[in-house]
Amino acid sequence: MAAEALPLAPGARGGRRGRRLAVGATLVGLFAASALLAPWLAPYDPTAVPAALSETMLRPPEPAHLFGTDALARDLFSRVLHGGRVSLALGLGVEVVAATLGIAVGLLAGYSGGWRDSLLMRVTDVVMAFPSLILAIGLIAVFERPGLDKVALVLVALGWTTIARVVRGEILSLRERDYVQAARALGVGHRVILLRHLLPNAVGPIIVAATIGVGSNMIAEAGLSFLGLGAQAPTISWGSMLAEGQTFLASAPWVAFFPGAALLLAVLGINVLGDALRDWLDPRWRE
Amino acid sequence: MLADFLEPAAKRVLALLPVLLGVSLLVFALTAVSLGDPARAMLGQRADPELVQQIRRDYALDRPVYVRYASWMSRLVRGDLGTSYHQQRPVAEIIAERLPATARLALAATVVAVVVGLVAGIAAALRPGRLLDQLLMGAAVLGISTPVFWLGMMLSLLFAVWLGWLPVSGYGDGAWANLVLPALTLGAVHTGTIARMARSTLLEVIRQEYVQTARAKGLAEWLVIAKHALRNALIPVVTVIGIGIADLLVGAPLTETVFAWPGLGRMLVAAVGQRDLPVVMGAVLVFAVIYVVANLLVDLAYLVIDPRIRRGR
Repeated sequence: MAAEALPLAPGARGGRRGRRLAVGATLVGLFAASALLAPWLAPYDPTAVPAALSETMLRPPEPAHLFGTDALARDLFSRVLHGGRVSLALGLGVEVVAATLGIAVGLLAGYSGGWRDSLLMRVTDVVMAFPSLILAIGLIAVFERPGLDKVALVLVALGWTTIARVVRGEILSLRERDYVQAARALGVGHRVILLRHLLPNAVGPIIVAATIGVGSNMIAEAGLSFLGLGAQAPTISWGSMLAEGQTFLASAPWVAFFPGAALLLAVLGINVLGDALRDWLDPRWRE
Repeated sequence: MLADFLEPAAKRVLALLPVLLGVSLLVFALTAVSLGDPARAMLGQRADPELVQQIRRDYALDRPVYVRYASWMSRLVRGDLGTSYHQQRPVAEIIAERLPATARLALAATVVAVVVGLVAGIAAALRPGRLLDQLLMGAAVLGISTPVFWLGMMLSLLFAVWLGWLPVSGYGDGAWANLVLPALTLGAVHTGTIARMARSTLLEVIRQEYVQTARAKGLAEWLVIAKHALRNALIPVVTVIGIGIADLLVGAPLTETVFAWPGLGRMLVAAVGQRDLPVVMGAVLVFAVIYVVANLLVDLAYLVIDPRIRRGR
């Protein structure tokens, strides 16, 4: 009994971590590949509405249409593939900008300290004081009409805080270290100290936070589009496909099932990968 | 003893003031930077220009930003959230109507999440690495990663459309059956997080010496877990329960939309669609205040549970 409660042998732990890394990387790889190759993989034009609409609309999954068709007789498999492109592009694009912003804020706050640090951290506190999707919905109301570009803007505006805090924390713990002091004493400039001596030490946690961030962005985009506050037709988004699917949930459940399952698998892969990366890159999380 | 608690508690409450001030500024900024003209949003594009001017004056839209913020704030502290453009009645009244449904849903979701999450986390921790552990933790990761709105639809498909056990959607005049699926859906993320946290803290505590001692004394395993391990394992779980409030609030607009639940979240979404800014501001503000206060309560609960925190920091 007691033996089971002991920590697993190092080999077993490493194996488990390796397996999670493999599962996450595989899912993310499949998702990225299908998104990138969507135009070549998709058997049909995802927006084409056939003339003989009534015969082919809301067809259940069958060999000609692997995921079935929607109310406008469009091939769902092709639409899910193309929706993945939008999801990945937005999730990744937003994260790159938000992470850059977060790194800049974190570096500035952590390195300069004093009132700059206080001010920046109070701003971070305020943004983090809101449940994120609620503030995102509120910010969307500012624009005259919704759209994917507004979603991206809003998610960038809200997405930089975690990384800013992570970077600031790292910098604070490092900036008084001997090697940094030595560099300063030697007359090395602030920029070089920041970029060459401090930032590289925060790369691990940044990668972990950014990976998880891509997944959150994708979920947020799908959520906003599902609510009708994100992507508008003819842009293909898993979220708006889900909104269409809800209308036909009882009669044609596949319309809602497949885009949601795709989103789930993609985000699951990203989260599992992020978890495994955290174990690997961020020593504080090692048990 | 009491002073030990009061001082850090007061510090935490005071620390909230700048955050709340910032929250109010950010919410106010929604109108200040808003691209549409609120007067036109109220009256429509082809409104009588004189009427538009009248509305601008009534709502002080023609005054400088800081004057508008000051007057908005002074009304806010008196509980006046303004008037809905769309419904022509006080925003506070509209929110008060919608809040109970959301509170009921959030409470039910929390109960589901805490009960299911703790049971799953403890069950998984009893035999780490075994099949049950792996299944439960797999389910937890799945629960965390599943988009709530899709989960809601799939649950509704299974239990309402196919099996016919529960209503598909709606408030059902407060019937319990109507609450089950929305609560399961909204609580899913939270359930997974609690299960994972309960498992990992329990495993950590089990390894510690006093637990090993209890075991060596020959205490039954369930007694060791219940009396010695669980109590200490609960401390981090309290934080997770608090953090989960954010998940609940974020999930509210989505879950309420899926299940046609007449709560605050669905009201917010509808108000954004109608560009009814006072209602949007009111709802965002209420959500933020609930969140900030919930976090404060978690901090205070911490002070009560763990005496070490009172002295530290």
